[in-house]
Amino acid sequence: MATTAVSVAHHPGISSALRDGASLASGSGFYGVRVSVAAAPKTSVASAHRDMRVRAVMAPQKQERSPASTGAVKQAMTATEKILANASEKTKLAPGENVWVKADVLMTHDVCGPGTIGIFKKEFGQNAKVWDREKIVLIPDHYIFTSDERANRNVDILRDFAREQDIKYFYDITDRSNFRANPDYKGVCHVALAQEGHCRPGEVLFGTDSHTCNAGAFGQFATGIGNTDAGFIMGTGKLLIKVPPTLRFVLDGEMPKYLLAKDLILQIIGEISVAGATYRAMEFVGTAVDAMTMEDRMTLCNMVVEAGGKNGVVPADATTAKYLEGKTSKPYQVFTSDGNASFLQEYRFDVSKLEPLVAKPHSPDNRGLARECKDVKIDRVYIGSCTGGKTEDFLAAAELLAISGQKVKVPTFLVPATQKVWMDLYSLPVPGTDGKTCAEIFQQAGCDTPASPSCAACLGGPRDTYARMNDPQVCVSTTNRNFPGRMGHKEGQIYLASPYTAAASALTGFVTDPREFL
Amino acid sequence: MATVALGQQAGPASSAITSSFACSLHRASLRCVSVPCFTQGVACAGSALWGLALRLEVEKQRSQGVVSNAGRLRALANEADAVVDSESGRGCRVIHGKCFVVGDNIDTDQIIPAEYLTLVPSKPEEYEKLGSYAMIGLPAQWGKFIEDGAMKTEYKVIIGGGNFGCGSSREHAPVALGAAGCRAVVAESYARIFFRNSVATGELYPVETNGKIWEENHTGDIVTLDMDNDVLVNHSTGKQYHLKPIGEAGPVIDAGGIFSYARSTGMIASTAQ
Repeated sequence: MATTAVSVAHHPGISSALRDGASLASGSGFYGVRVSVAAAPKTSVASAHRDMRVRAVMAPQKQERSPASTGAVKQAMTATEKILANASEKTKLAPGENVWVKADVLMTHDVCGPGTIGIFKKEFGQNAKVWDREKIVLIPDHYIFTSDERANRNVDILRDFAREQDIKYFYDITDRSNFRANPDYKGVCHVALAQEGHCRPGEVLFGTDSHTCNAGAFGQFATGIGNTDAGFIMGTGKLLIKVPPTLRFVLDGEMPKYLLAKDLILQIIGEISVAGATYRAMEFVGTAVDAMTMEDRMTLCNMVVEAGGKNGVVPADATTAKYLEGKTSKPYQVFTSDGNASFLQEYRFDVSKLEPLVAKPHSPDNRGLARECKDVKIDRVYIGSCTGGKTEDFLAAAELLAISGQKVKVPTFLVPATQKVWMDLYSLPVPGTDGKTCAEIFQQAGCDTPASPSCAACLGGPRDTYARMNDPQVCVSTTNRNFPGRMGHKEGQIYLASPYTAAASALTGFVTDPREFL
Repeated sequence: MATVALGQQAGPASSAITSSFACSLHRASLRCVSVPCFTQGVACAGSALWGLALRLEVEKQRSQGVVSNAGRLRALANEADAVVDSESGRGCRVIHGKCFVVGDNIDTDQIIPAEYLTLVPSKPEEYEKLGSYAMIGLPAQWGKFIEDGAMKTEYKVIIGGGNFGCGSSREHAPVALGAAGCRAVVAESYARIFFRNSVATGELYPVETNGKIWEENHTGDIVTLDMDNDVLVNHSTGKQYHLKPIGEAGPVIDAGGIFSYARSTGMIASTAQ
């Protein structure tokens, strides 16, 4: 296993947590929890982290502080704290405080929208108006291309509400037989939010979907909520939330050419476990993050919820500004963590030493090296979802397939997240392939034709959902969760992976490290 | 807070029913706003009348803004289930009955698989149907939470491990459990969105233990969950466990969720229906 140096600021309480079976990282002044994945049972990791969580409620003290800076330290805040302070009109906030924040955007989709609307109407009145018709974004994306009548009805409910409330942003679909015949339809909500300019630094975004944290890539506070909270926001434009302390992940070094952002987040989740960031903000900084594209940053923040995280955040910078050009004309504010802000814990990674990973069945923290799973025979590969169905995810998969020049050995399902991604597959040239498009490469490699953009089989869905796993098969997938039954069948086995690893595995019919081809 | 004056509307119901009802109403009146606690052994003859009386009272309370829609849905869903332990009515802090035991990381796809999310929880018929699918995604090792063909569960309390309810933000998860008749989860820790949704909907009490207890309990054990004294008693094993106090989440769940609570405490005005 490649060395991952995990360092944590001093905290006196942590040493007692280490009794729970975790081993002490070497080096003086380090109170790290270094877990040997093979040896330590998950529960002891979880309990060790739980103990740490209980003890380290306030940020660890620094060893040295010059008197001149002590006044400033009291005011120092993390990016998340600053964003929430701004949204609650307070000059400063500390973790643990409950505050009313104003929502800049509320997003809902076809699965949770109808329930949210039902609650809104019952609680605020059948004739009540939403707090701001321009701040709600209705995005049908989950169960779209299905004959399930209830699913289809749910999109109708969104449409009726959009008309009644004159909602500005409703990405409707009426002709299910041909997604391209629907000019307003976008596809997967989190990717659509980004592409349509609804994600802006410094803002507060709530969505009725756990992967709303995806938008943290834009330096904003974005988190998932349930129907009732969303119904409340629909009427009032505000929500009561607790300020989370921040875990900081410093990702430094140059990314190896076979490594992608998905490998980094799987590394992190494997490190801290599926509950390691519960009620925490996860902040990603470092030279590797600075060099990342917006889509890479989204991949990182997307899976924050898989570690239990409340929100993810990548500070906004020039890359963010460039991405936003032409997408939004709303002014925005950039908040970055103060140099002397207090973080609950800090983890450091040298990305140049990391290797391609998978999350083995049945948990996103069941981390394993892709190369150590090479004897796992697979039945199918799935490339799609908000996590791994963006344009750059497909470019990466196509790049690997093109380099190999071979054909896939198992059914390889491709589901672009949005209409825009779909169009990119058919228009963008893949670097190093003499101008071939992704679609051409996928076809030559024997992959399935790219499907209609939606969430599709990431979460199973109605029985007739494209690529749903209806038999107990083994799948390598670029999606975000692999709990039992996630893609349909309870005994299905899902290996979460990067697009490179997914493509490599498709070529061999076994879980495969992309270095076999790159 | 209003109590349900079902006793007066009982009519021909037997005095035995009325008196045991009075006992449970007293408990209900201490802190509950909405639904009455049924007593065991309500005669079939009387149950239809109870149902009607309940429906009238619940509608009255709902129009007064006292009972949340979730509370109303639950009350109506439970109406048919006349033989219910007196201490497991909605809003009661002492819950007695069978427990269902699971381990760590029970995620929302296991609690309510995605294919059932087309059901809209705010529609009464679909709310009930959602309940019938609660925990249907669990691997076979844990057993069945709801028997084949049944709409409701026998288990009032779920005992779980760490990170209960992880995964999706779907509110359908705590709603399905509540609609199925489960009243509380007693687990080591919770995923934050599940915890938040349980409180906001008022569907479940998400109680926290001090450490791991699930391995010492078995599905089918008779337990008493006492949130007044923060203790879980397993009558089948004789063991007791101290629990973390439900704290400020308690009154919100008692009231039937965040909106009901906000109204009953004057935070927001009652809706004009």
